[in-house]
Amino acid sequence: MEIKVLGAGCAKCNQLEGLVKQTLQELGKEAKVEKVTDFPTIMSFGVMATPALVVDGKVKVSGRLPSAAEVKGFLG
Amino acid sequence: MFEWIADLVVYQWIGLTKGEHLTEALHFFIYDVMKILFLLTVIIYTVSIIRSFFPPERTKKILSHKREFVGNIVAALLGVVTPFCSCSAVPMFIGLVESGVPLGVTFSFLISSPMVNEVALVMLFGLFGWKIAAIYMATGLTVAVVGGMMIGRAKMEDQVAEYVYQIKLPDTEIESLTWQQRHDYALQYTKDILKKVWIYVIVAIAIGGLIHGYAPEDFLVRYAGPDNLFAVPLAVLIGIPLYSNAAGTIPIVHVLMEKGMAMGTVLAFMMAVTALSVPEMIILKQVLKPKLIGVFVGIMAVTITFVGYLFNAIL
Repeated sequence: MEIKVLGAGCAKCNQLEGLVKQTLQELGKEAKVEKVTDFPTIMSFGVMATPALVVDGKVKVSGRLPSAAEVKGFLG
Repeated sequence: MFEWIADLVVYQWIGLTKGEHLTEALHFFIYDVMKILFLLTVIIYTVSIIRSFFPPERTKKILSHKREFVGNIVAALLGVVTPFCSCSAVPMFIGLVESGVPLGVTFSFLISSPMVNEVALVMLFGLFGWKIAAIYMATGLTVAVVGGMMIGRAKMEDQVAEYVYQIKLPDTEIESLTWQQRHDYALQYTKDILKKVWIYVIVAIAIGGLIHGYAPEDFLVRYAGPDNLFAVPLAVLIGIPLYSNAAGTIPIVHVLMEKGMAMGTVLAFMMAVTALSVPEMIILKQVLKPKLIGVFVGIMAVTITFVGYLFNAIL
């Protein structure tokens, strides 16, 4: 599984990264979490509002911080 | 209800005597704080629910077919309801320009978004009444429309960083949220905003109460009243380097009005602080060349100054 957290360093983006890592741990999964901060790459996913979560190349959520349950669904 | 709670706290719990100056001041303070915090909670929640129907992707779609004037008006209105924080200003800008939204229309959106928002409107309403809140909203939208149109007319498309035009966004589906997700989003957003602004609410109301009747009232009237022609441009010039969100300016605005600064001058100051700021210029520098930033600041300063004069003349 390939996970990307998109966001140029806003508070919500860091929260999302933390939430993803924590959820992975709870699920007992190993995956690389990459933080993407440059705009051209962020926008190549079609994302206009951060934070956004990309799993295996698909945008799961953008412009809001998803709940822990939602993140579990995306990663499970 | 707030009256009742304020009564309970002041007269029953603290046990102060009715009618004394300090008691009434405290009563007023508790009443006002509760009223504004309650209004903020209700309004921010409601606006967030509305916002959940206007994700940036939809704003982009709506605006990409629009022309000058109608486009500027729609963009200014969408600026009020589209959620985005300053950290999303750049991707938002690129996304709009990429999908063919005219530059001037994009600017109308970027101008109204930080300046006219529900927090500013609720606080203005709570402290000064609905008239001033309505005036601020109407003039804020007008500044966004006129400012955006002027930038559009200046034909400065070549002053946008080249890489912006090279970015191609894939078409994304607009996420359809369930009501549960909308509620979660609105609740989270309301909490975030309240956490950020509650201190400004308290400071604004406390300052208003404390200075009421203390400093000589004609002090600012003499220097910044309607008769002083330089007051408006000066207020705008002072406002540009200052940076704050709309809520943060309210305590200062409260003091200035309390001390007799003319209404138009106060509005111009508030607009300059929220819509023109050095940190925002630094963010925009990633997508705009210096000349366009200069034009943007110039046009905004002139438009805001004009609004200030207009209101000093008619109010």
